[in-house]
Amino acid sequence: MSRRIGSILIRAIITLLMVAVLNFVLFRVIPGDPASLLLSGARTSVTAEQMAAQRQNWGLDRPLFPDQMVDYLSATLQGDFGYSFKFRGRHVADLILERLPATIVLVGLAQLIAILCGVMLGLYAGWRRGGAGDHIATGASLALYSTPAFWLGMILVVIFSTALGWLPGYGAHSPGAITSSLDWLLDYLGHLALPVTAVALGLIGQYVVVARAAMSDVVTEDYMVTARAKGLTGGQMLMRHALRNAMLPVVTLITLNLGYVVAGAITVEAVFAWPGIGGLTVEALNARDYPVLQGIFLLLGASIVVANLIADLAYGLLDPRVR
Amino acid sequence: MTNPSQDKTPLLEVDELAVDYGLKGVSSRAIDCVSFALRAGEAVGLVGESGSGKTTTAMAIAGLLSPNARVSSGEVRYRGNRLPIDDDAAMRPHRWSETSVVFQGAMNALNPVHRILKQIAEPCMLKLRMSRSEATARARELLELVGIPADRGAAYPHELSGGMRQRVMIAMALACRPSIVIGDEPTTALDVITQAQILKLLGELRSQLNLALILITHDLSVVAEACDRVMIMYSGRIVEDGTVAEIFAQPKHPYTRLLIESIPNPASGKKMIRPIPGDPPNLVNRPSGCAFHPRCPSAMAVCATEVPSLDKFGQGHVACHLHRFSQKDRVAAHA
Repeated sequence: MSRRIGSILIRAIITLLMVAVLNFVLFRVIPGDPASLLLSGARTSVTAEQMAAQRQNWGLDRPLFPDQMVDYLSATLQGDFGYSFKFRGRHVADLILERLPATIVLVGLAQLIAILCGVMLGLYAGWRRGGAGDHIATGASLALYSTPAFWLGMILVVIFSTALGWLPGYGAHSPGAITSSLDWLLDYLGHLALPVTAVALGLIGQYVVVARAAMSDVVTEDYMVTARAKGLTGGQMLMRHALRNAMLPVVTLITLNLGYVVAGAITVEAVFAWPGIGGLTVEALNARDYPVLQGIFLLLGASIVVANLIADLAYGLLDPRVR
Repeated sequence: MTNPSQDKTPLLEVDELAVDYGLKGVSSRAIDCVSFALRAGEAVGLVGESGSGKTTTAMAIAGLLSPNARVSSGEVRYRGNRLPIDDDAAMRPHRWSETSVVFQGAMNALNPVHRILKQIAEPCMLKLRMSRSEATARARELLELVGIPADRGAAYPHELSGGMRQRVMIAMALACRPSIVIGDEPTTALDVITQAQILKLLGELRSQLNLALILITHDLSVVAEACDRVMIMYSGRIVEDGTVAEIFAQPKHPYTRLLIESIPNPASGKKMIRPIPGDPPNLVNRPSGCAFHPRCPSAMAVCATEVPSLDKFGQGHVACHLHRFSQKDRVAAHA
């Protein structure tokens, strides 16, 4: 058991290191370096000497490997992700931390709703496979699964915001004075409703499909015949024998999706102008703000590696065969 | 074979049972006119090739027919009372308390995510209404009974060998003190040495607990080792039944004879085994008359038109025109 955990941890650390290296390489193979990018926007013309001086100042004249890479890795390890181009002088880490809560609230809430609804619906459909409920649930979730979340978001805005005017379709807060904290909360929840729905609907389809497949596999297993022969009722068979086996692939999916809670829903955030990581990513992309993008990519990679780590460990707890 | 209990009502009676499977509008008869009786403590082998109806017969007795199966005629009586074998919920109290099944534990019949002790204790808690600690104590006893140290109860199925898993399956089958245990190919996935150990264990437990045993197998040597009586099934019908000694010494049905001849016997010096020519019958479109007639070396004209009935012959029964006529001839000769 502990040897398995040890090897999982080592694997995670190696993967993280590779993510960091790739992150470094990716932004160095893009044409143009920070000096030319920054100085080309200057109003007065820039001489070659000024450019060279700037390069030397930032250490860009030194070889990429190993000097610059070692610099990058050691700075990253110390929590220094550099400065943003767009938001001049601001730390990348500060920018990300500022935007992170909004994304975690949005995607976390959407995940929670999707897991509760999707997994239960999928398990039910798999248990009663071939029934009317199964056909409806499977059909609807396949449709949702294959619909882009940002398109769902736009449709939701058109219906509930533009046409009906029930809910705000833009931002996280209404402009103007907020009198009490209760008003603030209600206003925030109102702004959350549509983006959360858009993200959750897309995720529900995924959970239904996976949970249904897992459950319908379990139903045909020999140990379910044994359970029936033992005189168990349908409910006892479901709760005692089917559920835990069917949850194995579902738990893997849930923990893997945890990684994307941080990464956010870039397109949905863009549609709703949600002030989260997704919005920041789009802004940074438009402004070619490489340090910010680099920071976001690192966060994304790290959270997915951590999610994989949790999935591996959780699987070991649920399934004695992999311990 | 002659003991006092023979005179009383048999433990289990199967009377003219016929079961159909419906699949996409096509119905096929899995078993037809199956009749036999089982006495307490008796061991009966149910032998036949794949699709002969042996598993359907056993699952009907255990009340484990699948939802697309239909009992079209006949009935099963347990201690003289009719069993509601086509009613899933009504059969529930009967299951495991009276009739339990030893599945191929070496395969996937045990739940991979639960410790074996828990799986054995489960029916004790649910059916015998034992507390958790009582059920655990009972499960430990059962493990010891089948020759597994009780401390191994903390193991998961995948941590045990095939033979051990089969022992766990047997322990589980005994949990509610049933009077009938059905072995569904209990030794098929095991090597011969383990197979012999499991059969020996089943034999010991049978006499110790006065269990009636129905052993489903396609392997006649398993029957020879573990059973008193054997029933040979072909294409959904019992074609011959009798004591093991009788059937091995003097098989009456041509199918039984060919089946016995197809067993490899190193001692006899035979180099090659003799397979039975032809293919198993199609269940949707059965041959007319005796289903075996297209493969039978002794087929007569009547075999293709008339289904032979299962008639008493010697100590057992046989369903074959060959013997009906020879018996009639004998009766005629005596008259």
